[in-house]
Amino acid sequence: MAINKDNTNRRKFLINSGAILGGVFATTLIKPFNAVIFAAEEPKKALPWYGVGIDIEKCIGCGRCANACKNENDVPREPFFFRNWVEQYTIKNDGSIKVESPNGGIDGFKQSVPDEEIFKTFFVPKMCNHCAKSPCEEVCPVGATFRSPEGVVMIDVKYCIGCRYCIQACPYGCRYMHPVKNVADKCTLCYHRLKKGLDPACMANCPTGARIYGDLHDKKSALVKFLKDHNCMVLKPQLNTRPKLYYNALAQEVR
Amino acid sequence: MVHDYSALYQALTKVDGYIYPNEIELNWSILIVLYPYITGLVAGAFILASLERVFKVKALKPTYVLSLLTALSFLLVATMPLISHLGQPQRFYEIMITPHSSSPMAIFGFVYLWYLMVVLLLEIWFDYRKDMVRWANEKKGVMRVVYRILTLGVNDVSPRALKLDEKIGYAITVIGIPSAFLLHGYVGFIFGSIKANPWWSTVLMPVIFLFSAMVSGIALVLFIYMVLTWVRRQKLDFLCLDTVAKYLFYILILDFTLESLDQIHRFYAAEESFEIISLLVSGKLDITLILMQVTIGTLIPLITLGILQFYKPKEQIRKFIYFILSIMVLIGIFFMRWNVVIGGQLFSKSFYGFTSFKLALIGREGFLMASIWIIVPFLILAFLLWLLPPWKKTESDF
Amino acid sequence: MPLHIKRLILVFALFIALFLVLRHFLVPESFGQYGHYRGKALEEIASREVHHVGVNACASCHDTIVNLKASGLHETLTCEGCHGAGYLHVKSPKTEKLFIPTKVRDFCGVCHQKNAARGKDQVKQIDLKLHPVHVIPQHPNVNLNRPKNEIKCTECHNPHEPWQ
Repeated sequence: MAINKDNTNRRKFLINSGAILGGVFATTLIKPFNAVIFAAEEPKKALPWYGVGIDIEKCIGCGRCANACKNENDVPREPFFFRNWVEQYTIKNDGSIKVESPNGGIDGFKQSVPDEEIFKTFFVPKMCNHCAKSPCEEVCPVGATFRSPEGVVMIDVKYCIGCRYCIQACPYGCRYMHPVKNVADKCTLCYHRLKKGLDPACMANCPTGARIYGDLHDKKSALVKFLKDHNCMVLKPQLNTRPKLYYNALAQEVR
Repeated sequence: MVHDYSALYQALTKVDGYIYPNEIELNWSILIVLYPYITGLVAGAFILASLERVFKVKALKPTYVLSLLTALSFLLVATMPLISHLGQPQRFYEIMITPHSSSPMAIFGFVYLWYLMVVLLLEIWFDYRKDMVRWANEKKGVMRVVYRILTLGVNDVSPRALKLDEKIGYAITVIGIPSAFLLHGYVGFIFGSIKANPWWSTVLMPVIFLFSAMVSGIALVLFIYMVLTWVRRQKLDFLCLDTVAKYLFYILILDFTLESLDQIHRFYAAEESFEIISLLVSGKLDITLILMQVTIGTLIPLITLGILQFYKPKEQIRKFIYFILSIMVLIGIFFMRWNVVIGGQLFSKSFYGFTSFKLALIGREGFLMASIWIIVPFLILAFLLWLLPPWKKTESDF
Repeated sequence: MPLHIKRLILVFALFIALFLVLRHFLVPESFGQYGHYRGKALEEIASREVHHVGVNACASCHDTIVNLKASGLHETLTCEGCHGAGYLHVKSPKTEKLFIPTKVRDFCGVCHQKNAARGKDQVKQIDLKLHPVHVIPQHPNVNLNRPKNEIKCTECHNPHEPWQ
């Protein structure tokens, strides 16, 4: 068969387009693997690995932490959205357990069980555990929720599609759908304050020092001393989320 | 923008026991109940089609093409409940460009596209190609152009080409079976992998979803076949009907066995979440689970179909029974999805209490919106049946 | 290869190519910098404005109150813990005022209402349904014939120096 000139031109065109598209294709492939192909970017200086310590024996249930958090982070004041909150556990003499958190503890607690029926009662402050193996970060389909190099789990509000999978995946109830922004929201350990050398709002405003935070890798930090001096426990250890929120005097009834 | 929180304040009064403060509002509502239901119908209808094409169950021939078109109609609608439920629907494309490899939900975009384009569209295309070529030559005007485009402008219906079409169509159906399993199985895995929620977190979840999907898909094709035949004033092929019902029976047994196994294990092992889940099943879910899903959706169809395997009443009566049963099964499987999705969010992850759920009538996640997503696939199917009428196809020689 | 197969492959190839080109332009610049997320998000979150300004900012104008509080039983309470975050007030002190509790008994009760979960040694507690029960002769102006739940704690206790 005689070589058709049209065929040659068409073939050249196809080869050129293929080369261009192949180039574009190659660059799209490489980008996600930057860390593997090129040496991983070492942080300039060692970053802290943040954890939190809460001393249940010190908490008086005043709710200043929950209140300060809403003020600091523009969380809607309605009683349906909380980045942190306080619970009151009352274990009665008959063994039954009553748990309350009226408006997250912001307005304080009214004792609802008479003294003579109470076996034990205590307050439990709750917040995001900033898990080292966070199920919320694992299930985000697009990469909008992430763990920063300092170990703080946060949400990229410009990228979140609002599918709510992360809210379902959190075993501790720490996340909620922001009613105005229509993306997921949660405690950021006041990352914007940490980066300016300030304490998170909840910890700064706690009158008894029940909430502390610090660098888990720093042997001299108050948090590491807290871990050393107390027998600390995390919530739901059986789920292996590796929470970095350590409680002193956590009762087994607390979930 | 003033937000209306009255529904949430109402829900606050209905809290039973203790829930985490953020749990007052259910995150996944009827739209997320609909999505697995629709993809389940797709997967199930496709499996029925593959029974004919791959497993050579000749009796099912009258429903083969119908199953494929039904699957396509529902698949085209499947993404809509998902996208419309997103907080930021305009960002939906992010799931395609930066899928997070550790997230089961992230594979949705690719599995969906693969199933739509490579499996369903291609299979239907290869099956209809020679007819579309014929219609492209026969029709005039706009329709001529439409069929020309659909055939990619190719007129080749030589025996060699047709034989290749047949082979490729067969290969696609074979690939389509695991693809259908993946399309619906991953939805079950989305729920099954959430260790935070003991109602969802079970190894059996993807398998249960899959088998209940097959049940619903088969029931759907049964229903549509009967309605279509009645609309077209044709005679029902009772061998086909009995065969479809027979497969419905077999898969229903498997589905019932798996779901019972799950519950029996839960009951026997009585793990930490057992008490709250027992309260859930006997209380909040008593109507939707025990009555709708189990009794109406599973037990009555199971027993009736079982009896029908041994004793077959007159065709008139059988027709009526099949029709009612198909509707009962479709309703039952819908409530199975309801009980999984809604039920899993009614109890607190603290296992200390319950919240409540009220389905709104209007609004993005309301009953009317959900009804639209269920009705639209039927409209699409009607259009497809007009564009690619199965009864006007010529028989393939292969 | 039959023509219709070639054309089919072409259609698919075009579709995939289009997808890849779109993807190249849509993926955000800093995505993947530290992990599977937009690296720029870290700066965006870090650059949020701080709302709680801290006691030193209060002391720069309200030093008397701050000093008074620092020597009393309320020394561990922060100003902003009761009065709300001060960033707006610091910027426009005349127009942006902080929260001053009006339902005083409820507000003080947040810490001081008797609750078995509070340690008696941690915070002084009273049953606000009963307190105060007696007339204080040194302060005859305080009219205790009013219903007890109308008497504000602050009529006897300075919130910044609650106990002398």
